[in-house]
Amino acid sequence: MKQELQELYKYRELLYMIAYRDIRVRYKQSIMGFLWAVLMPILIVMSGIVVRYAYAVASGAHLRTADLASVAIKSVPWAFVVSSIRFTCNSLTGNRDLVMKIYFPKEIFPMAAVLASLFDFFVAYIALVFLLAFLKIGLTVYLLWVPVLLCTLVLLCMGIGMIVSAASLFFRDVKYIVEVFLTFGIFFTPVFYDVRMFGDHGKWLLLNPVAPLLEGLTASMVRHQSPDLHWYLYSLAFSLVAFLGGFVLFKDLEPAFAESI
Amino acid sequence: MSNIALRMEHIYKKFRKGETYNSLRDLLPAITGKMFRGQELNAGDVREFWALQDISFEVKRGEALGIIGRNGAGKSTALKILCRIMKPTKGRMIVNGRLSALLEVTAGFHPDLTGMENIFLHGTIRGMSKREIQSKLDQIIAFSGIEEFIHTPVKRYSSGMNARLGFSVAAHVNPEVLVIDEVLSVGDYDFQQRCMERIRSVVKSGTTVLFVSHNLKSVTEICKRSMLLEHGKMVLLDETSAVVQKYLHSPATANTPQTSEPVYLSSVKVRDGSGEQTTFESGQKAWVDVEITARERVEKLAIVIWLRDRAEYEIFDTSTERLGCAPIALQPGQSYRCTFELTLNVAHGKFELCTGVRQYDLEKSYDRRVPAATLFVGSSMAVRGAVNCFPRVIESIVFKAGAENAMVR
Repeated sequence: MKQELQELYKYRELLYMIAYRDIRVRYKQSIMGFLWAVLMPILIVMSGIVVRYAYAVASGAHLRTADLASVAIKSVPWAFVVSSIRFTCNSLTGNRDLVMKIYFPKEIFPMAAVLASLFDFFVAYIALVFLLAFLKIGLTVYLLWVPVLLCTLVLLCMGIGMIVSAASLFFRDVKYIVEVFLTFGIFFTPVFYDVRMFGDHGKWLLLNPVAPLLEGLTASMVRHQSPDLHWYLYSLAFSLVAFLGGFVLFKDLEPAFAESI
Repeated sequence: MSNIALRMEHIYKKFRKGETYNSLRDLLPAITGKMFRGQELNAGDVREFWALQDISFEVKRGEALGIIGRNGAGKSTALKILCRIMKPTKGRMIVNGRLSALLEVTAGFHPDLTGMENIFLHGTIRGMSKREIQSKLDQIIAFSGIEEFIHTPVKRYSSGMNARLGFSVAAHVNPEVLVIDEVLSVGDYDFQQRCMERIRSVVKSGTTVLFVSHNLKSVTEICKRSMLLEHGKMVLLDETSAVVQKYLHSPATANTPQTSEPVYLSSVKVRDGSGEQTTFESGQKAWVDVEITARERVEKLAIVIWLRDRAEYEIFDTSTERLGCAPIALQPGQSYRCTFELTLNVAHGKFELCTGVRQYDLEKSYDRRVPAATLFVGSSMAVRGAVNCFPRVIESIVFKAGAENAMVR
């Protein structure tokens, strides 16, 4: 595996190149361009606000700005998870020609798809910064957690991406299954709600490896505290296993790609 | 470092033909069926066949080796294994140094990106660093001859321009081992000459070259030694001239086709005046011998032949019936042979000759070979398109506008 990682490192320029291509093509093809990066997060944030408003009405409490901020902070990374996994799913089958005809480490495709979605994510997060400034959420040292949490999320997405992209190369219906999971995943992930609302049962929700990361983001950005370290370590371990396991599986299947695509 | 650039040791490659499970919807019931009912996990009719069997050879540094063989002999599979796109079923392979392939030179072009962006994309895909591409950028653009359109999206390019750009990038990778497959059939005559020039200079500069082609002329020119593949087996590895002789004299089809049709094509050969041939000059005559063999009693048969150009567009089509031959009737075990004479009034390029046998009153097709042979047509005339009308300019005058009646003839 060491050798394979070294080779991947050797081809890192290609990784950036393919990610650049994906971004460029996406922004070039449609008039939507920039809007595409912002549209889905905006929609998710808005539906989150509607849901939160309903909670507030039902419980007779006021809707606080902190709640709105936490919905926004969690929605944008969730949009990133959804779009990156959706893109990785087609990343091999959509590059048939290259998979069949030229040799290079093919895990570059799912990884580049995640990086391209990450670019969209940053565009949306810049918009979010303005929102947070408007909501008067201050700067604290806990913000240093944000890049750590995001890196873990990227690692997780790449791991899942490698598995999903290889699977959808062999089985054409995998993409529909993934689509269903992505659509309903939001209900099993604390995006619109907080885990704390569930009291003791909340820990079951945290088993979803995305959950502690999103909760960590709210903790560090809104509540100005460190994320729950145990749960973060759980997510990190999960992500590492997903990444390395996905990588090994991907490399194992790679020689059969050209014949099966 | 050793003196060997690449070596294959007892390489085998097995393929599966037929339906396999390619969706979970089909696979899961099959697995549960197996678990609960003890059924065999058998994906319908899976036939295995060996695309390559026991291939062993080595190429020294700076040597050029040709690979010759008919359609389906395993040439492309061998190359895919060399390029590590496929993994051999058995066997070992060693490549010393950077390997680059001129297989599909336009693979990986993105239609929405400009020529310039595609140079960088394509270059990195082929293993060059950004800096390396930057330093060779002028050369690459100059070689492709499309300076004017370098900032135009590739989707607006003609297929020839596409291929030229692809070849230019691939030809500037400077690999230690270069694998070439049928690239000489791209672009116009002028560009082909430049490609050959480039390949010659690459060979001269001491790069190891593996050259796969149907085009016996260019193989003979470039490679001292060649290998002949037949049905996945290495038949001969020797001086190119000897291998070419062997290739031309080997029977076109030793294999009995796997179809169980009542009548099948048992042999298709293309030849010129001197014997079997794949390379022709535009305007030259070619003879196509087609032989069919019957398993059952058949009647009212016609043999159809047609030509396709590179884009698989059918440019010519005829049959024994249309040419006025009597319908063919055969008893089991009988064979029939006919020879078509074709005048190849086609422009230069690669063409595929396809044949089929059909019963014309029932509109029923029996065996067919698509393609049965690949023809390389060369021409010194600068014409484009599929046909060669042998143009000449027979008059050219300058005259004053409006006075043409007075001047012409």
